[in-house]
Amino acid sequence: MTDHTASAPVSGAREITPGPIGRFLEATEIDTRMLGMIGALAVIWIGFHIASGGVFLTPRNLWNLSVQTASIAVMSTGMVLVIVTRNIDLSVGSVLGVIGMLMGVFQAEFLPGLIGFDHGATWLLALAFGILVGAAIGALHGYVIAYLGVPAFIVTLGGLLVWRGAAWWVTSGRTVAPMDSTFRLIGGGTEGSIGAAASWGVGLVTCAAIIVMLVNGRRQRRRFKFPLRPLWAEGVLGSIGCGFVLAAIWIANSYPWPKRIAARYAEAQGIEAPPEGLFISHGLAIPVLIAIAVGVVMTFIATRTRFGRYVFAIGGNPEAADLAGVNTKRVKMMIFMLMGVLCAIASAISTARLNAATNAQGTLDELFTIAAAVIGGTSLSGGVGTIAGAMLGALVMQSLQSGMVLMGLDTPLQTIVVGAVLVLAVWLDIVYRRKTA
Amino acid sequence: MSDTPLVEMRDMSIAFGGNHAVDNVSVDLFSGEVVALLGHNGAGKSTLIKILSGAYRRDAGEIYVDGELTHIDNPRDAKRYGIETIYQTLALADNVDAAANLFLGRELRTKWGTLDDVAMEAACREVMGRLNPNFQRFKDPVAALSGGQRQSVAIARAIHFNARILIMDEPTAALGPQETEQVADLIKKLKAEGIGIFLISHDIHDVFDLADRMSVMKNGRLVGTARTVDVTEDEVLGMIILGKCPPGAIPGPGALSEAA
Repeated sequence: MTDHTASAPVSGAREITPGPIGRFLEATEIDTRMLGMIGALAVIWIGFHIASGGVFLTPRNLWNLSVQTASIAVMSTGMVLVIVTRNIDLSVGSVLGVIGMLMGVFQAEFLPGLIGFDHGATWLLALAFGILVGAAIGALHGYVIAYLGVPAFIVTLGGLLVWRGAAWWVTSGRTVAPMDSTFRLIGGGTEGSIGAAASWGVGLVTCAAIIVMLVNGRRQRRRFKFPLRPLWAEGVLGSIGCGFVLAAIWIANSYPWPKRIAARYAEAQGIEAPPEGLFISHGLAIPVLIAIAVGVVMTFIATRTRFGRYVFAIGGNPEAADLAGVNTKRVKMMIFMLMGVLCAIASAISTARLNAATNAQGTLDELFTIAAAVIGGTSLSGGVGTIAGAMLGALVMQSLQSGMVLMGLDTPLQTIVVGAVLVLAVWLDIVYRRKTA
Repeated sequence: MSDTPLVEMRDMSIAFGGNHAVDNVSVDLFSGEVVALLGHNGAGKSTLIKILSGAYRRDAGEIYVDGELTHIDNPRDAKRYGIETIYQTLALADNVDAAANLFLGRELRTKWGTLDDVAMEAACREVMGRLNPNFQRFKDPVAALSGGQRQSVAIARAIHFNARILIMDEPTAALGPQETEQVADLIKKLKAEGIGIFLISHDIHDVFDLADRMSVMKNGRLVGTARTVDVTEDEVLGMIILGKCPPGAIPGPGALSEAA
């Protein structure tokens, strides 16, 4: 033991005067890891745009991309909490499948006999039923994992098989279609989008929320006399945030309804269509709005509630959380219940989008969901991960997939690329962490 | 000092498999008193106090606080009786910051029921300012802190919630001489406030400096309990190494029988 202990320089090597970029990052407190992911996404998008001959960065493709990402993005937010507590859920694809089948049968075969065909409440009842089933399945997984002590890997590996089999059994393999007309809106499409005006409305509300958050955060920090960000940094953060939101809305609004549907709509409404065809914007798709809402709620749960704090504390040191008086078993069970609920929401999105419930639905989704969370910076050794990162990870995965489809790559080659990219992304993350830790 | 002990652990036993880690041990602690628990590694000291802090469930024995029988089955129960623990491993969640660790399990919340991080950070700055005025890294996860800083976070957590009974398991093991002295001062201050402290330490000089009484364990059994003024360092070493109970001590069931 030397007598330097008290004043040992802990981070002497890193305390070099930062350059302009360093100072900018420090003042705005932007997460460099997140920045890296956005950079990677930009590279992927521009790369595919060039390689596909200019069809990737079009409103139409980006809009489709957003809808295709929604289901996995919803599940990835729950997977973050599962992985943060050093668990894994291999069953989400199968759970999605069985809930899809149950919701399908419930709304197409059970409810019509009860309340009539295409009743206004059908979609809500079906969704509520799915969420209940999801919570129950999750509670069962969580109970076996937390209270009976069976490792999550095994329980959910079992679940992967059990629920896939159960999905088949619901109708002995028969596909259920069509879905209720209102339920279908959950899946997007021309009808399932909110149009230009409402999209701008959503955009403005979001921008207002960003500004309120910044102002509120600043006021709170001032109340307790904590160091404040420089004003210009707040301004930059606000502008970047609002800029992103408005740009996304503008893109969604630039994608018009297909000409035939627009013409039919014009005829039905008695609007006189101009000769070049009516321009009706899609605007944001409903599944995208659902995914964003889920992301906001899950971020809130993860960062602003006790439950979220416990999730991360358990991930950092399960024994410490226990000794501090956290009921770790209950928290674990609740995480899996939440995962089940999110599977139900994701299942509603993909069932509605397909307008049918099939027993193969969600096959391999568990791997995409885990990959999204891990690419998004969730550490498999526990304790680290963000909801936004996972959703961005889902977007990266889906961008790769859809880009390769646009380029006309064969399916086997696509899976090879996705697999390789997953390993590469995690390796880069390990290198990054080793450098910053 | 009143006649009723603040804590009395009577005939505690716990076994892991066939190994009797703690075998029929009784210790007590009065308010404003420091009782040291001594013994080799594996003598059962940490296991004994982990029963008191609720981390382990005893196989047999009773725990009394203020003369009343308690039901301590988990750490939450122990905290309800005002029993706080500084573990040898510190038991910090490395991936979250000092304030989150300080309030882990007892988070401050806003009127909306959400975490009041700002208030928690403010409280954390206040308590850390008293314990370790140089501490400035409130935003970093505790994994990034030095051994001494981590120790202060663990200590802060134990004393911030008006503990009546404090268990300190090797509180100075990770510290330099200057910080060790700070901890010693802290122990004296807490003692003056009427808090009862169980102190586990390897450093016999520390123990003689701080403790009012000491209980020595060997192979899971109690060798004996003595007032610090009634025994010498050599006699205590004899208790630890040989299990030989000197005349100044009250022998326990683990004392060498032919001791004379």
